[in-house]
Amino acid sequence: MAILQRVKLQTLSIPLLSLLIAFIFGSLLIAMQGSNPLFAYQVLFTKAFGSIEGIATTLAKATPLILSGLAVAICLRAGLFNIGAQGQLISGALASAWAGYSFVGLPFLIHIPLALLFGAFFGSFVALVAGLLKAYRGVHEVITTIMLNSIVIALADYLASTPFKEPDQPITRTPKIEESARIPDLFGLPFGFFIAIAISVVFWWLMRRTTTGFRIETIGRNRNAGWYAGISVKRVIISSMLLGGATAGIAGAVETLSITGRFEPAFNAGLGFDGITVALLARANPLGVIPAAILIGGMRGAASTMQFRAGVAPEIVDLLLALILFFVTAPILLRLLKRKEEGISLSSGWSN
Amino acid sequence: MTNLLEVENLSKRFGSVQANHEISLTVKPGEIVALLGENGAGKSTLVKAVIGLVKPDSGVIRVKGEELPYGDTAEAIARGIGMVHQHFQLVPVMSVTENLVLGDEPTKFGFIQMQKAKRETAELSKRYGLAIDPDAIIEDLPVGMAQRVEILKALRRDVSLLILDEPTAVLTPQETDELLEVLRNLAKKGVGILFITHKLREVMALADRVVVLRNGKLAGSTTPKESSESQLAQLMVGREVVLHVEKGPGNPTGAALEVRELEVLDDRKLEAVKGLSLQVNAGEILGIAGVEGNGQRELVEAICGMRNRRKGTVRIAGKEVPNLKPHEVHAAGVSHIPEDRERHGLVASYSIADNLVLNRFDQEPFAKGWIRNLDAVASNGEELVERYDIRTPSASAPASSLSGGNKQKTVVARELSQDLPVVVASQPTRGVDVGSIEFIHKQLISARDRGAAVLLVSAELDEILSLSDRVAVLYGGKIVATFDSKFANRDEIGRLMAGSQGAHS
Repeated sequence: MAILQRVKLQTLSIPLLSLLIAFIFGSLLIAMQGSNPLFAYQVLFTKAFGSIEGIATTLAKATPLILSGLAVAICLRAGLFNIGAQGQLISGALASAWAGYSFVGLPFLIHIPLALLFGAFFGSFVALVAGLLKAYRGVHEVITTIMLNSIVIALADYLASTPFKEPDQPITRTPKIEESARIPDLFGLPFGFFIAIAISVVFWWLMRRTTTGFRIETIGRNRNAGWYAGISVKRVIISSMLLGGATAGIAGAVETLSITGRFEPAFNAGLGFDGITVALLARANPLGVIPAAILIGGMRGAASTMQFRAGVAPEIVDLLLALILFFVTAPILLRLLKRKEEGISLSSGWSN
Repeated sequence: MTNLLEVENLSKRFGSVQANHEISLTVKPGEIVALLGENGAGKSTLVKAVIGLVKPDSGVIRVKGEELPYGDTAEAIARGIGMVHQHFQLVPVMSVTENLVLGDEPTKFGFIQMQKAKRETAELSKRYGLAIDPDAIIEDLPVGMAQRVEILKALRRDVSLLILDEPTAVLTPQETDELLEVLRNLAKKGVGILFITHKLREVMALADRVVVLRNGKLAGSTTPKESSESQLAQLMVGREVVLHVEKGPGNPTGAALEVRELEVLDDRKLEAVKGLSLQVNAGEILGIAGVEGNGQRELVEAICGMRNRRKGTVRIAGKEVPNLKPHEVHAAGVSHIPEDRERHGLVASYSIADNLVLNRFDQEPFAKGWIRNLDAVASNGEELVERYDIRTPSASAPASSLSGGNKQKTVVARELSQDLPVVVASQPTRGVDVGSIEFIHKQLISARDRGAAVLLVSAELDEILSLSDRVAVLYGGKIVATFDSKFANRDEIGRLMAGSQGAHS
């Protein structure tokens, strides 16, 4: 049992240690700007977690990050590094916006799920391209998902500026979605947050208790042994990319339907990329994604307040996130802990 | 003549494995020394210690009489030791010349003098009689040529001792002959050569002296003139501790596994199994004896669905099976203990319990439809850990926490607990401690006693002789003889393993 406890401890100790070191480095950077780091952090966290409204904002910011984090995490489990959550998310955001304003007169109980479904479908469609290329042609998913990001972003810009554009407006954006497609708040919290939590729990259960989850996990950990045991590597690659893409698509849809109310290209910038940080910080654990997303969402939400009150450039939050990402992935910490890494490998090699 | 290389009492231990134990060896200028031994005998560790890639625990390495510091690759190279690795260290998209000068380019004002480098390459290839096009791109070259570049790379640095790690493993027979010629010429020019191999033919054809390693120890040192291939084979595969296996007489009934006219290609698309036929009856163990590389791996993989057959049929329990995937062969009634347990047998980071159901995780009782039954997996795990004596505090511990022997017992438990009519065991005790070997042997015999047909492939002749009811000798992709193990004679088998009778390649 001692071994198990050690592995569990490590899944917690690496993210926590990464956070600690990132914040120490961050405090040096804040001090270089002539501000008091402790005060800056205090402002940041009081704003994010110190009040009811603050927490509501944090959770609203965390919602798409939970989902995009899951989109990356589920693929990591299969040994795939899905850098394409951003493109999948944008595809889902635009598709759900279109469904939100094009269907008129639907009851909200039909309209909201329909718009979410549009988001999931178009998100997974983008991921499917990368999945098929990986499964049948061996093209590395990092390359294809990065390229697909560019394709989707450019395509979404075009669609929002020409065929789907809101008439008689100078801005590149779609019309506002119908009221019946708007996701309401629940107890002052965005309902989307509860959707995200529910999907996390479903993924956790899927990985733990179902044969599908076991197949994904086995291929992620030892592709040869999985093949030998009769698991179709192609099917696992495609199905985990589809799941990841659908989740990223829902992330975009929830953002459209509950926050932005329409598709406007700049609104979703970075949500998919933050999902990578969230997934790695959570060490690809579907439940771990929730606290990781809340932390990062909170920091994002409170960045401007920190600028006002502590005089620190809001980019410091970007730097902190980058440092977290660095320490959580770099093997430095593992070596410090003097333990061989157990469990999932965080990405597949470049040549397989 | 002074010795070029002297190794004295060199020892190296990796964890619980004694890779080298007090090994001594010398190479004189112009002498070709073959380092012979089975996989895992410690050959690579020894040469890596010489070149400085591995730090020995104790012992002395001298080059031209002067002691070489441990683990200092740069110093070893500076003293004139060159090594040609089994896996080439070349940049595939660059030309021959570019690869040769890499890291030591002739420059003028910081610019590479490509013309000068090319002239140098041409000169070098002429001096050593190694014809090669200086402008050819590495990835366009056949393997034999790429290896030539590796050798030239070493020669360019004025080596006096050239070490080659299984240089012929990737070559075709023609390329092998060319390489042997090249090495002979180098030796005539005074270069000492130390080459690793487990192929007896090459040793007999090339070496001045043979040093045989077995289980990390020096098993013998001789010359091709004073010995024969069969003697060398025995030195290689013999084991000091002859394990005694308790076993009653077999009770063979009808054929459970029949292989007819099987032809299989190896990874290089060369014919490795050449029209092989065999039959294993229910209730008997058929052992395949042979020096590694004679088609054992391809034979097993073709039976177990890991490699396609080019020709021939396989029948399992009387039913012909086509080319199938591994799990389909398993479903047809074949348990397989794979040669590479880390690669195919186990998922190291999974619990022992999950590994014990790896090929049945989606079947009753371990899953009901889509939902896994973790209680059934756990209780199956506990039961098998107990029954197969897997030494672990808990079945929920990761497989990576087990020793080699217990990992193998986990694979054996999964495969043999299912009571399938055919068992194929490939190197079942390689790298396994003595206690686990005994246990695994007992399990194989009890599988036989319950009526399974067991096909045993092993590089250990003693293992084959003590477990099998019948012994088949595999040489050059064919079975050259089959014996009842009661009448099997070690010397005769050794001779057959070396190909002294029947066809040779």
